[in-house]
Amino acid sequence: MTVERIVSETKDQFPIGMRVLAVDDDPTCLLLLETLLRRCQYHVTTTSQAITALKMLRENNNKFDLVISDVHMPDMDGFKLLELVGLEMDLPVIMLSANDDTKLVMKGITHGACDYLLKPVRIEELKNIWQHVIRRKKFDRKDWNNSGSQDKPCADSSEAAGIGNADNNLKLNKKRKDQNEDEDEDLDENGNDNDDPSAQKKPRVVWSVELHRKFVAAVNQLGIEKAVPKKILELMNVEKLTRENVASHLQKFRLYLKRISCVANQQANMAAALGTVDSSYLRMGSLNGLGNFHALAGTDQLHNAAFRSFPPSGVLGRLNTPAGLGIRGLPSPGTIQLSHVQNSGHSSNDQSKMQSFVPGNHNTNILQGMPMSLELDQLQNNKGDSRIGELPTVNSTAVFPVSGSLIDSQIAGFSNNPLLGVKSNSLMLEGSSQQATLHACNLRDGVSAIGFQNGNTLSDFASIDPVSSRLRDSKADLQGQAAPINCNAGPMIRSVPQEWKAPRKDALYQSHLMSCSVNSSIPVNGAMVQLDQCLDRNNSIFHRTMDSGSMGPLNFFYPLSIKHSKGLNSAMEPSVTEKEGYFTYQLRPQGNHIPDNIGSLEDLASAMMKSDQDKRKSMDGNFKHDNYSRRTCM
Amino acid sequence: MDIVNQLQRQFIDHSTSLHREGIVDDQFTELQKLQDENSPDFVVEVVSLFFEDSEKLLNNMARALEQAQGVDFKQVDASVHQLKGSSSSIGAMRVKNACIAFRSFCEAQNREGCLRCLQKVTHEYSLLKNKLQSLFRLEQQILAAGGSIPVAK
Repeated sequence: MTVERIVSETKDQFPIGMRVLAVDDDPTCLLLLETLLRRCQYHVTTTSQAITALKMLRENNNKFDLVISDVHMPDMDGFKLLELVGLEMDLPVIMLSANDDTKLVMKGITHGACDYLLKPVRIEELKNIWQHVIRRKKFDRKDWNNSGSQDKPCADSSEAAGIGNADNNLKLNKKRKDQNEDEDEDLDENGNDNDDPSAQKKPRVVWSVELHRKFVAAVNQLGIEKAVPKKILELMNVEKLTRENVASHLQKFRLYLKRISCVANQQANMAAALGTVDSSYLRMGSLNGLGNFHALAGTDQLHNAAFRSFPPSGVLGRLNTPAGLGIRGLPSPGTIQLSHVQNSGHSSNDQSKMQSFVPGNHNTNILQGMPMSLELDQLQNNKGDSRIGELPTVNSTAVFPVSGSLIDSQIAGFSNNPLLGVKSNSLMLEGSSQQATLHACNLRDGVSAIGFQNGNTLSDFASIDPVSSRLRDSKADLQGQAAPINCNAGPMIRSVPQEWKAPRKDALYQSHLMSCSVNSSIPVNGAMVQLDQCLDRNNSIFHRTMDSGSMGPLNFFYPLSIKHSKGLNSAMEPSVTEKEGYFTYQLRPQGNHIPDNIGSLEDLASAMMKSDQDKRKSMDGNFKHDNYSRRTCM
Repeated sequence: MDIVNQLQRQFIDHSTSLHREGIVDDQFTELQKLQDENSPDFVVEVVSLFFEDSEKLLNNMARALEQAQGVDFKQVDASVHQLKGSSSSIGAMRVKNACIAFRSFCEAQNREGCLRCLQKVTHEYSLLKNKLQSLFRLEQQILAAGGSIPVAK
């Protein structure tokens, strides 16, 4: 439930009924603590083992409001538990110790404890601990809002829709807040700027429903992993459609897929928002993202909103909302363009993330994909280290605030590991299924949305709760995911067409795609583009997610030049540059600097991964909005 | 009722002396306050748990210090730390203080010093246990005689 809901439920009585998890290996202290807490009218659960505590927390993110833990424990260091809880679940943690050594207290604070109590604990002290819960909730929410200020509605709805993981999301938001804010702003600004110039330069291709349908069919036929713009173009057999057009669309699509997988939860939202579109999406299974995708395609703003709504703050769960929001908003404008946003959010995560579009498993897949890229460096961003490496465990924290949940959600669709290459790398994150997003396939336009997860996307995904959880498992899944994505991509793509009508969007796409210059010459145009596109909007989102530090330096420079008269400008071809091993999607404006033949998806994937990693490192969660934003405005 | 009054007086005396001698401190009083109709045996429960746990810890310490090959002071320290925590939680002041002293010897890795401290801690612990058990017995007697436990202070 969303934070709001949680709060309201117990609001009247809060702090009465606050759910506390107490961890202490000393039975005497534990019993005493339990009694004291009950005396304060909290709802108490106790365990003497940190490992058990973690298990309980991971089982259900919303089961507890607060954790109190002893510092000295035999099975796990209290600080480590503190870190993990903060990363994964973003719950307030209070440390408890008989030792009042200043150094320890400091350590507690630096590891994120919101309070440090000394034994013996007095009831008076415990009577006030609820303030930490409230503070965190407010803080997160605020951050989130700030980040997505532009997309207020989306953000709000996201929050509201919280989806269970609201708390976590919020918390994640908090963590990502800075990044998101930065990203959002950057993206937005850039995107806008880019749009104009690129638009002027080339005529834009309007991706009508029909066209998109063809596109999706083509992608399905080819398989998301093998879908390259050239082939797609051939299959589509549309006059005056250029490879670039397709590439950028593919990119968006990919991002979209990624996004969907992440926001599996948001399916509902999307459905609502998209109306028919939703249904089609929903069909796709967890391709919730698709819905969003379309929706996102709508207006730039929506996109932004959509993306924004995905603030990493544990937004995985929220993804739905943003997506939903995006979608809702989008339909009205009538241009449901590939909601880059959706994907972008996720895509940034990593190429691996792209994988996450695994329909169905999405959650797992997505995470799998995502974590990869993110995990790599990004994860480290936040708490740093633990994130990435720990994707599996960190679920949400590292990569996506939303661990696991994202994956479930929706990465479906495109969880295929678009970047096969990526997969391997990106799997780092536990096989974040998110990889799907990065499908290297040159789904330029379409895929862009698919969670192009270059590192950054992971972050987006991360924010997706479902994903996060999946991330954990995703490692293994990621591989598997790749396959499903293909399938899903198909259907998703089909449904997407509906959304992709916004002519304007096309341009955006194009630009996005372009901007996502996948330098590595991986034809991840589509994916990249998506990211870019999403970037505009997603900047916020990406940023958010990025904070998980993952998403490598996704340099999506959406080359606004993508405007292609018909469709994809070849310029869109995101060039995945492998910079320092990161898959950097740089959509070079104007033109594709990226040759279409970026090589196989694997290359792309690897490139992406690499760039992601790089990105991640650099971005550290700060999705390079600049790149994105500029480009997205096709 | 004479018996009840007598017992109650005894109880009060005993309780007072515990505090006066520093065997227990205010934390123990807090513990007693937590006892109510819903948890009538709370104090006994917690203290019993403490006894059990402490004995284990003391044994650990003794074993660790006996190691001929080399004393694992970290382990000893960990046990002492835990004992310190639990004793402070129930208000066993003297035991806690003895633990504090013990820890510094552990840090210094002074085996002799540690052994001496262990002795002291064990002594304080035994004293505490005896006194508390007498107190609980008195409580039970009062209740059995139909009286009520005088509220501490």
